[in-house]
Amino acid sequence: MSSLEARGLEVSYGGIRAVKGIDLTVRSGELVCLIGANGAGKTTTLKSLCGMLAPSHGEVLYEGVPIAGRPSYELVRRGISMVPEGRGIFGRLTLEENLRIGAYTRRDHAAIRADLERLYELFPRLAERRAQQAGTLSGGEQQMLAIGRALMSRPRLLLLDEPSMGLAPMLVQKIFETIRRIAEEGMTLLLVEQNARLALEVSHRGYVMESGNIVLADSAKALLKDPKVQHAYLGG
Amino acid sequence: MDILTQQLINGLVLGSIYALVALGYTMVYGILELINFAHGEVTMFGAMICLAVIGAFAGSGADMHGAIIVLFGLLAAIAVCVGLGFVIERVAYRPLRRAPRLAALITAIGVSIVLQNLAMLIWGKQYISFPPLLPLVRYEFGGAVITNLQIFIMILSCLLMAGLLLLIKRTRLGRAMRATAQAQDIAGLMGINVNTIISLTFIIGAALAAIAGVMVSAYYGLAHYYMGFMLGLKAFTAAVLGGIGNIAGAMLGGLLLGVIESLGAGYIGTLTGGFLGSHYQDVFAFFVLILVLVIRPSGLLGERVVERA
Ligand SMILES: Nc1ncnc2c1ncn2[C@@H]1O[C@H](COP(=O)(O)OP(=O)(O)OP(=O)(O)O)[C@@H](O)[C@H]1O
Ligand SMILES: [Mg+2]
Repeated sequence: MSSLEARGLEVSYGGIRAVKGIDLTVRSGELVCLIGANGAGKTTTLKSLCGMLAPSHGEVLYEGVPIAGRPSYELVRRGISMVPEGRGIFGRLTLEENLRIGAYTRRDHAAIRADLERLYELFPRLAERRAQQAGTLSGGEQQMLAIGRALMSRPRLLLLDEPSMGLAPMLVQKIFETIRRIAEEGMTLLLVEQNARLALEVSHRGYVMESGNIVLADSAKALLKDPKVQHAYLGG
Repeated sequence: MDILTQQLINGLVLGSIYALVALGYTMVYGILELINFAHGEVTMFGAMICLAVIGAFAGSGADMHGAIIVLFGLLAAIAVCVGLGFVIERVAYRPLRRAPRLAALITAIGVSIVLQNLAMLIWGKQYISFPPLLPLVRYEFGGAVITNLQIFIMILSCLLMAGLLLLIKRTRLGRAMRATAQAQDIAGLMGINVNTIISLTFIIGAALAAIAGVMVSAYYGLAHYYMGFMLGLKAFTAAVLGGIGNIAGAMLGGLLLGVIESLGAGYIGTLTGGFLGSHYQDVFAFFVLILVLVIRPSGLLGERVVERA
């Protein structure tokens, strides 16, 4: 069954089309990545899928229900969560307040408490800093927090926009390990990445985007071997 | 009589009223970066509605305790001002959410003028006096006099401010308000309906303004369609003094401004050898505003001021 399905998705800024009619499917339980160069339209695509931007044309189905143009606060309640580009941490809230606001749509206080503890086990670094102002956390800690916060709404579909951006290689490894683990627990994920090799290595399938269009779509394994992909995105 | 103690008491009473009004300015600024210049007029409406309701009760000859009548007036004022705050945001500011800040600022001044004129049409240009429904009791306190009304104003303001701080610091709604103030699009991603939060911000500010308006009119025994202008300007000064956008700052700024004004009015005669009298009280607020803007534009507790237009 497909979790997310976009058909003929088009998104514009003013009169300028940044996404030019793409088709994209993420099946339930799948980890799919969307790769492409700077300015290809990856962030724009994700924003239109989570309700931050309204598409100008096309259809988006989430679990079979049309959601194009619905606001993000509503889509969170339906089970879509997003880790935005640049993390989007609330710098003047504490780390724990950030996590609690991730659970804003939930009312099951005991379960929220339990989820917090589970997250702190998953990321011990965060546990030590729970009362710290989130703006004073390191880049890596903020990225962990952003992922943790997105999970606090208990989503069924998680969108990630360049979670490895600006992080040291060791931390990049750690982030990808975390993504792999989340996927293994059954979450459906759509991952946008500049780091094409790592993204394809953890994903089931991948899409390649170039100036607003999807130019390749295949299994991650096939894309890793594709000479065009190797040449343009894998430095080979 | 001890002038210092007396002026401190008067200043703190006045200051707690300024603080309540300043909170409305600062909360809206914190979330929208908008100076809601119509906020002073909302305060005026609070006073006017309360007096209208009190007048209606008095006219009906109902045999009720004065305090009960004032309470009804206060509740009516809160209800009307909450509606007013909600409508102002929906009608005047929301359509301009993505327009340049200057457009919203000019609109705010426009709304303020509209409300003033509306009040003038309804209640006329004359001063309306607050009927003596509340028996005034005076207490001796350290060589000065404090009245039951003054005590009541200070206690109620303190409770309201403590309640607001708790709401903002400790509750789910407060977290959502702070998150919305920091980044609206990300707040949306958390499932927060930003429009609802903005409406609530206006509503809370308007309720506080209504209470402050009733306090002022009870304290001075008067209300007038133009009273919101000066009161609003002073509360705005208090918000700037504390650091606009900062909740605790508005509280501190309000109290400080009240005390500065009061002490200034009490001593200006002595200081200028009788050349300037206590009716120069209003000058101090603007002297403070200019000083803050020159020396520390971010205010006492403010973090940073970003220039936007
Ligand atoms: N707010 C905006 N207004 C106008 N144009 C925009 C806006 N945001 C993005 N664009 C344009 O849309 C195109 C796609 O941008 P987008 O951010 O989606 O790219 P991206 O693939 O995420 O790039 P990167 O890898 O650098 O994050 C770019 O040409 C960009 O300049
Ligand atoms: Mg991007």
